[in-house]
Amino acid sequence: MMTDSTMPAQAPAAAPSETQAQLFPFVLQLADTSLILAHRLSEWCGHGPILEQDLAMANIALDFLGEARSYYQYAAELEGKGRTEDDLAYLRSAVEYRNPLLVEQPNGDFAVTIVRQFIYDCFHYHLLLQLKSGPDAQLAAIAEKSVKEAAYHIKWSSEWVIRLGDGTEESRRRVEKAIGNLWRYSGELTTPSATEQALQAAGLVPDYAAIQQQMAAHIARVFEEATLAVPEGVFMQKGGKDGRHTEHLGYLLAELQYMQRTYPGLEW
Amino acid sequence: METLELTQEEQFQARIDADVRIEPKDWMPDAYRKTLIRQISQHAHSELVGMLPEGNWITRAPSLKRKSILLAKVQDEAGHGLYLYSAAETLGASRDQMLADLHSGKAKYSSIFNYPTLSWADMGCVGWLVDGAAILNQVPLCRTSYGPYARAMVRVCKEESFHQRQGFEIMQTLCEGSPEQKAMAQEGLNRWWWPTLMMFGPKDSESPNTAQSMNWRIKRFTNDELRQKFVDMMVPQAEFLGLTVPDPNLKWNEAKQGYDFGDVDWEEFWNVVKGNGMCNKERLQARVQAHEEGAWVREAALAHAEKRKQREAVAA
Ligand SMILES: [Fe+2]
Ligand SMILES: [Fe+2]
Ligand SMILES: [Fe+2]
Repeated sequence: MMTDSTMPAQAPAAAPSETQAQLFPFVLQLADTSLILAHRLSEWCGHGPILEQDLAMANIALDFLGEARSYYQYAAELEGKGRTEDDLAYLRSAVEYRNPLLVEQPNGDFAVTIVRQFIYDCFHYHLLLQLKSGPDAQLAAIAEKSVKEAAYHIKWSSEWVIRLGDGTEESRRRVEKAIGNLWRYSGELTTPSATEQALQAAGLVPDYAAIQQQMAAHIARVFEEATLAVPEGVFMQKGGKDGRHTEHLGYLLAELQYMQRTYPGLEW
Repeated sequence: METLELTQEEQFQARIDADVRIEPKDWMPDAYRKTLIRQISQHAHSELVGMLPEGNWITRAPSLKRKSILLAKVQDEAGHGLYLYSAAETLGASRDQMLADLHSGKAKYSSIFNYPTLSWADMGCVGWLVDGAAILNQVPLCRTSYGPYARAMVRVCKEESFHQRQGFEIMQTLCEGSPEQKAMAQEGLNRWWWPTLMMFGPKDSESPNTAQSMNWRIKRFTNDELRQKFVDMMVPQAEFLGLTVPDPNLKWNEAKQGYDFGDVDWEEFWNVVKGNGMCNKERLQARVQAHEEGAWVREAALAHAEKRKQREAVAA
């Protein structure tokens, strides 16, 4: 059950080309995003509302962790400075992290976790579909593997949004509140940062307008079935992709990086 | 025709003696059913509560590789809990009732999980020693007389050997690392050694149910036999790691081809069983809290399924 997700991705033999090397910040951003979301999901382990869902969340966390490792390993290679996946994950500070704000938001109750997951899954799944046929072979290979997992994730979180929206009065109240709190972080996902814009212009990163439309269509379908309203006119927060985070990330990293910071330079 | 004169109970015992598996629909003595429900649910609860001490380090694991191995390991334990609850359900127990018994303190779980995990070395010790002890307890249960339990244990045991290996690897990496890491490993072993010996339960002389359980083949070795096996298996591994087992009375006994070892602190054992371990309260509270805070989620899932069923009935 575990070997797959802990297997490092196959490294290409040749040194990265100059074009490829430009991808470094983008691959790092994907890595940070997957890691932070995996970390948040893993906080549920042992505390889920139903044993089956405890398992499901651990499983999804493992998928994201595996994906994060593939990106970090590739990023390390693109950077070519001898840093490892662990150096990148454990020895960068919050301002150096490039994940969008959404994924660092605390778990809250199960509704918050589901809404956070659902919004990200909608983006993630459609992004991977693009990356998998993109120009960079290594990124395409990672996306090819991850998109199968992402298809399961988006199904899982969509079903839960529907259950919670069209469940009991309490679940509806909670999921509506979660949407109210998290919606402001959804826009950042498809708002390209300066780095992304440059890469999009070079044809290395897919255009987000199309992804945004696909996301919106999926969200509209799921919310309709869940009898939930899609929020309108929400002011969108951003900054994570440029290293300006919410206060939550610092605490998360303090925990995540505790061992590497306390005992620098050791093998574990 | 002698068999005709056998009582139901004798026929049942004869099947067990012939190593024929008992299946859910077969007749079984009430006491057999009750004992099994207790044993299997206790085992399921141990898997569930056992997620907590290791879960405590998932967010602090020192490398991405260790983090994913540990998370996968703890996820396996959740899976074991599921198989076992299902096996107990075939005997007529309901998961809700079993959980209610856990939460009220009526049902027990393995006391080992009432010890705190204080350093990264504890992830090594738990995998290496605690899963190691669990394997010794559980491998014989793959041949236990009750079919669904035996089959659940086959699946569980397949995964346990990976658990032990990852624990041993953590210890080995520490022992081959810096002096600080080696000290961390030794300190972990010092704290976990005796509690793992306690995992095999009280001495045979104080384990009144053993004889009946062995007759029913829901237990295949006595507590002391398993404890001896464990010590004989682990001492060479500790030596290989360069660690000292914290038992001044530990000595190879050539005549019995096994180790003599010191006496477990039975007062501590009974204390932890009674609820006075370092983490008894926290562990149970964590489970109760997860259950209570999850109530609205379970209700929503049921309510939605019900609405769906009704809509489908109308549509049909
Ligand atoms: Fe998976
Ligand atoms: Fe287990
Ligand atoms: Fe295990």
